[in-house]
This record gives sequence, C-alpha cells and structure tokens, in this order.
Amino acid sequence: MIEVEDLFFRYPNGFEALKGVSLRIGDGEFMAIMGENGAGKTTLIKHLNGLLKPTRGRVLVDGLDTRRASVAEISKAVGLVFQNPDRQLFSETVRDEVAFALKNFGFGEEVVNKRVERILRVLDLSEHADTSPFLLSGGERKRVALASVLVWDPKHVVLDEPTIGQDYLQKERLRNLIMQINNQGKTVVIVTHDVEFVAEAKPRVVLMSKGAIVGDGKAEEILSDRDLIERASLVKPQISELIDSLPGKGLPRNLIDAYSARSAILRIVRERHVAGVP
Amino acid sequence: MSLGFLEGLRFTRADSPLHRADPRAKFLMALSIFASALIFSNALALSALLALQIPLVLIGKIAKRWSRSLRGGAFLAMLIFLMNLLTGQGASFAIGMSIRFICLLSSFSIFFLTTSPDDLGLALERCRIPYALSFTFTTAVRLVPTMALDAQEIIDAQRSRGLELERGRFLRRVRNYIPILVPLIVSAIRRSLELAEALESRAFGSSERRTSLVTLKMGARDYVLMALSIGLLASSVYISKFVQVPSLEPLDEILSFRWRII
Repeated sequence: MIEVEDLFFRYPNGFEALKGVSLRIGDGEFMAIMGENGAGKTTLIKHLNGLLKPTRGRVLVDGLDTRRASVAEISKAVGLVFQNPDRQLFSETVRDEVAFALKNFGFGEEVVNKRVERILRVLDLSEHADTSPFLLSGGERKRVALASVLVWDPKHVVLDEPTIGQDYLQKERLRNLIMQINNQGKTVVIVTHDVEFVAEAKPRVVLMSKGAIVGDGKAEEILSDRDLIERASLVKPQISELIDSLPGKGLPRNLIDAYSARSAILRIVRERHVAGVP
Repeated sequence: MSLGFLEGLRFTRADSPLHRADPRAKFLMALSIFASALIFSNALALSALLALQIPLVLIGKIAKRWSRSLRGGAFLAMLIFLMNLLTGQGASFAIGMSIRFICLLSSFSIFFLTTSPDDLGLALERCRIPYALSFTFTTAVRLVPTMALDAQEIIDAQRSRGLELERGRFLRRVRNYIPILVPLIVSAIRRSLELAEALESRAFGSSERRTSLVTLKMGARDYVLMALSIGLLASSVYISKFVQVPSLEPLDEILSFRWRII
C-alpha cells in the first residue's frame, strides 16, 4: 500500500507544486491521476519512488518512509515508467536496455536472461531483441521503456502518460496489458490526459488541480461531472457529451463508454417497443 | 543529485543598471576581469579581484544566482586545489589556482546573468559576425537550461531503474554516467535536427542583410564602464609587474610538513 499523507512540495525555484495532498493507494488498485498541465501529477508520482522527498508531510511505501530509503531501494517495489522513452534509452540492443535495471539490482545472469526473454515476449518485442532501441518506432521505444521497468516485477507500477504517441491499436493493447498486470494483483497508477482511454479502462480517478486533489472516485462519477472535469481543464468523454445531449428519461447520466451506453440505449428502445411507442 | 548550479548561468529578465548596460561594454568588463585573473597567480591578488566583483553582483541584483553558480563550481575548484597540491606545486599556488578558477567562473556568470541572449546576438551582429554564426552561438546559450532540464529528467529515469551514481570506485563512477550521457547526446542531436528543419521552413537565411527592430546604442554609462574595465586591466598589468603583493608562501612549509606526516 502507498500512503501519501498531507504532502507539500516546493521546488528549489520556489514554485509550490503540491499543497497538502493525501492519498491512499491500496494494493492491487488501478488508479488514474488526471488534471491540467502543471497540476502537480508528475511531481506527485516522483514522490512515490523517492525521486523527490516531501517538503512537508510524508509518503509511505508498504510502510517504509521514502525519506529513509534510497531511490534504488524503493524502486524495487515501485516501478516508475517515464513519459519520454528517449530520455532513458541508451543501450546498444533492446535486450541490454531491458536487462539494465536487473543488473543494477544485482540479479544473477540466469535470472536476468530468463526475465528479459519473458518480458520481451509479453510486450511483443522479441523480434527486436538484438536491434538498437534507437532504430525502433516511437511506439516500440515506448514499449521498450515499459519493458525495462516491468522486467523486475515491481509490486506497484506507475506510468506517466503511457498513451501519448500510440496509435489506436497500440492503445488498445496497452489497455489490455495494464488490465493483465492489474489482474496479477499489481497496483497500477497511470498519469494521463487521455479521457477516452480512462473512460474505457474505468479505473479509480483522482483529479488534481493546482497542486491539490479536487476529486476522487469511480471513473463514471468523476468523468461525467462537468463542473469538476472542467475545473481540471479536461473535457468529458464523447459518449458522456452524447448522453447529455440526448433527451429522454431513464437514461443514466454517468455513462462514459460506448459499451455501457449501447446497452442502456438498447434497453430503453426495447422497453418502448414493448410498450408500443414508435 | 541536482543540476541547480546551471541556474547560475541562466539569464532572467530583470531591471538593473547592469542589465541595461550595453552588452559590448559588459563583455569588455567580463573579458578584462577574465584576463586579470589569468595575469595573477598570487592568491591574495586573486582574492582581491574576486572581492572587486561583489559590488557588480549587488548592482546587478543577481546575488542569489551568482552564489549558486559559484557553489556549483566549488567542487571543481577543490579538484584544482588537490591536483596542484598532489603534483607538488605548493599550497599557496594551489589556493591561487582554485581562486583563479572561481574568478573566471564569476566573471562569466555576471555577464551571462545580466545579458539576454537577444542582446548578445545583437552585439555579435554589430561586431560584423555573420548572422548564421551569431545565431548558432545564442541558440547554444539559450539551450543550456533546456539541456539541464533534459539531463534532470534522464537522471530521474535512470535512478528509477536502480542506477546509483554515487556507487563504486572512481572508474565505476565515471561509467555510471554513460546511461545519462548517451540519451542526453542523442536527444541534443535530435533536437538540433528538428530545429534546423523548423528554421528552414521559416526561410532562415533568405536575405543577405538583415535589419533588426532593436539597435544597440552606447550611452555615457557604457563608456564609463568600458573605461573602468580597461583601467582594471591596465592596473592588473602594472601591479603584477611592479608591485610586490604579499604571498601565502609561508603556508607551503606548514602544509608540506603536515603532508609528510600523513
């Protein structure tokens, strides 16, 4: 479990990025942190593995205070995947890139090889194992970055903007992968602006604005709340806009994805049909 | 691990007599301090030269950033001190060399902290340096803080993958920087290619003679600043040739004595 208690953070240049954030992320939970640019999302997740230390308040990872442990120690439990793969890829081959963290954590060669091959297969990168990461496409580089963290099997996985630069098919795969990781009992936290992605994946949504949490709840509740969502400079999912624009009683207002909207609409149509209304 | 000291070279818009001074005059000032620092190797003379820069820092209202850049240079200054000491140059000389380094750093810190890249570009152009060259230079200066941000992001990403920069002996520590340097260089090259394309699509270099909206003009204050700078350089030359500055050499004996004990 990750506990964030009354967290304040001020950057050396004086900018106060977090103003009293409290958050409990349970084991095995799936959560999305959303909010406008500069809301403090990235600053918050950099606290989860101790890259940044609280100015005030504290962060506990499985009971361990992040101020009392090194980033490397905490990272074994909290895998943080950064937004831009080009800010971390450096090895000559994809295989070496993915093995980097395992070597840092001191795993033996056999374990390293086994785990690397496995994660490359899971992320559909096996055929590129001996390619230079710099020669891969943007989407592939992003997956290499993801593999380079998932490879050590951290209990909590934190992803910063995982969907940026991915085409629709890759997003779909990414969503499946996240679900799969989550189903294995891992905590998954994503930071994203991608409302549609969240609407389909339906995690717990934590909404941030100006360094504080302004909303926390089910995706259906948060994303269908126009006032709340606009406060964080986001827009409602298209399905939710569609539902809002439709007249008619009996249509739940918290529909945010195509699948549940379809069933709700079909149900009403059928009921009317039975009642004889054209 | 933080790259805050690079802040010490980053211009921020502010208003002070030094910010308003003509960049050419300021450059002459920085250059004469720089040259004076190279003329002296005496620790006391160099300390005086450093002290001389403090009023400039106060006038320019850049004390905070200036001191940050000096603190950033402190490690290198220590290294210079140790290197000189270990190669048997004597403590007074070693101290002198590290203060000289701080002086050099300080003179350019003052210049860059009070001169906007735009002013710098204008000054270079007025000195009849081709626009392509002056543009390259100002862009390089402008990109330093951006690169620093990149570097910080890369350091964060690699530390999250278990990289411990401070681990191991000297050679291992140097090797630890490979995962930082490779992405930094690759992203710098990528960025420069993108920049080149963006420039070309905005017709960079289409006209031979550019005219500019703002033109530089020297005022009375600028001439005073230039005169003072030349005065400083001249008196440095004079002092180093004809004046006996007390030296710290007695220190050498004390320190070398201690050295033998260790």
